[in-house]
Amino acid sequence: MGFLKRYARNPAAVIGLLLVLAVIAMAVSASWIFPRDPLSLAGRPLQWPLDNPRFWLGTDNTGRDIAAQIFHGARTSLLIGLVATVVAIGIGIVIGAVAGYYGGWVDDLLMRITEAFQTLPNFLLLLVLVAVFGSNITFVTVAIGIVSWPPSARLTRAEFLTLRNREFVQACRVLGMRDRQIIFREILPNALPPIIVYASVIMAVAILLESALAFLNLSDPNIPSWGNLIGAGKGVLRVHWYVSAIPGLVILLTVLGVSLVGQGLNDALNPRLKGR
Amino acid sequence: MRILLLALRRLAASLPTLLLILVGLFLLLQLAPGDTVDALVAQMGGGDPAMIEQLRSFYGLDAPVLVQLGRYLLRLVTLDLGFSAIYGKPVADVILERLPVTLLLMATALSFAFAAGMGLGVVAARRVNRWPDSLISTLGLVFYATPSFWFGMMGIVVFAVRLSWLPAGGFEEIGSGNEGLTRVLDIAWHLVLPVATLALTYLATYLRIMRASMLEVMTLDFVRTARAKGLGETAVVLRHVLRNALLPGVTLMGLQAGTMLGGSVVVESVFALPGLGRLAYESVVQRDVNTLLGIVFVSALLVIAINFIVDMLYAKLDPRIVTGS
Repeated sequence: MGFLKRYARNPAAVIGLLLVLAVIAMAVSASWIFPRDPLSLAGRPLQWPLDNPRFWLGTDNTGRDIAAQIFHGARTSLLIGLVATVVAIGIGIVIGAVAGYYGGWVDDLLMRITEAFQTLPNFLLLLVLVAVFGSNITFVTVAIGIVSWPPSARLTRAEFLTLRNREFVQACRVLGMRDRQIIFREILPNALPPIIVYASVIMAVAILLESALAFLNLSDPNIPSWGNLIGAGKGVLRVHWYVSAIPGLVILLTVLGVSLVGQGLNDALNPRLKGR
Repeated sequence: MRILLLALRRLAASLPTLLLILVGLFLLLQLAPGDTVDALVAQMGGGDPAMIEQLRSFYGLDAPVLVQLGRYLLRLVTLDLGFSAIYGKPVADVILERLPVTLLLMATALSFAFAAGMGLGVVAARRVNRWPDSLISTLGLVFYATPSFWFGMMGIVVFAVRLSWLPAGGFEEIGSGNEGLTRVLDIAWHLVLPVATLALTYLATYLRIMRASMLEVMTLDFVRTARAKGLGETAVVLRHVLRNALLPGVTLMGLQAGTMLGGSVVVESVFALPGLGRLAYESVVQRDVNTLLGIVFVSALLVIAINFIVDMLYAKLDPRIVTGS
């Protein structure tokens, strides 16, 4: 198929895919390679990487195995990234589709709300949401989705504005289809490709947002997460910098992989734009 | 004048948005477990119920939610942000103390990110698909994927701990009694790492946008005309392409103002800077609802103001926007 071929010919996109696959492999194999609770005491604290063959990435300041936390943290990050993205895209599609399809005062109202969300610094809103609803991992994930939806709503709206007066839509109206059917069955599939590409951006930002929250000790402390590990390393940064350095590097590679895949998808979907 | 009128109309349109934000957040914060009095009492190590009731009525927390909301909005019109029970002074004072640090940090980081992103974007676009372009584009991708707080921490390890070139945190040397130019230099010294940390992500975005829009503008007819009439390549790029390619970057500056304020929360925490972001974090932890609302109000105002400036700049760069309306 042309699409896959175009994707595979782009080396950056292939590297991105490999990175994402590696993170997925880490998440899947975490329980087999590290069957013990990654947050339990594993050995003497603050052993440097490679010093002890049992802990090839060393131990953190409370004696937990860093490698185990990285593998289990991959699960957390992927799950948070995926769920938050689904929440954000879901809200964005519904609001953007309704605003773009109906126009008029509905559009005005919904765009005002979108604007309100965009005027508010999203990390500030995230802090408020976490303060109100607590640091439970479910709430944190949903909250990240809630602060990330406005751009996808704007994108969907823009697509709907160009599509809503096309002939196939008018044909649907003449056939007597309901609005809901026209919006979600007929127009949405045509509007979807740019939104799916944008999902990779949301996912990358979601992973970064959670790690920033965890760094501030405002994420769920009972879950092995990369951000929590960086936060734990804050206190011993001056000498034992590897505690923070390793999870940060993993976050970097993961976000890089997700962005490269998104860019690769974009190039493969719009071959004429390639090279821009 | 028409520019001003247009921008003012946009400004007026943002008032309902502001109201929406304040009402929404006020109601949201009512859902928070515990109020200021609870936090205050917990700080004092407990108190008897009669006193707690008295405190509640003193801060007006015993009235129905809608009455409280009405009172809050009315006071807001006179720019009275209420009283912070935690800091023991008016919220406006607390915020004004912290605002300059954040403004300085943001303005410096934004200018640096904008200038460096533009410069690198132009270089990448001029050498498209050759090694300078690949290098710059890869660097941009890596910067974009780096968690800013982590970059800041690694900066501390390398430049403050290992090399001791730069201070590890703080806004200035406390108790040094520096005045005038020495103080300015001292603050600049302390801000090198925080600014670099905050600017990094945005630099990457500007770079990508600038590269893309340069490439797009360079294919347009008027560029060919400029070349055909014998202009040198530098003149074509600087006078004709750059001005047109600048527009998406300027738009982005307005859109990202909010994100940058959010980013400064984290950066100020890493470097222990006494700014607005740090204050936001502290008031979340201390359940200081009044201060938190005040910060949100001020940051929304800030974002609206930045967008106003961007509108003016936009019209300056592209006169067609004004005449076209």
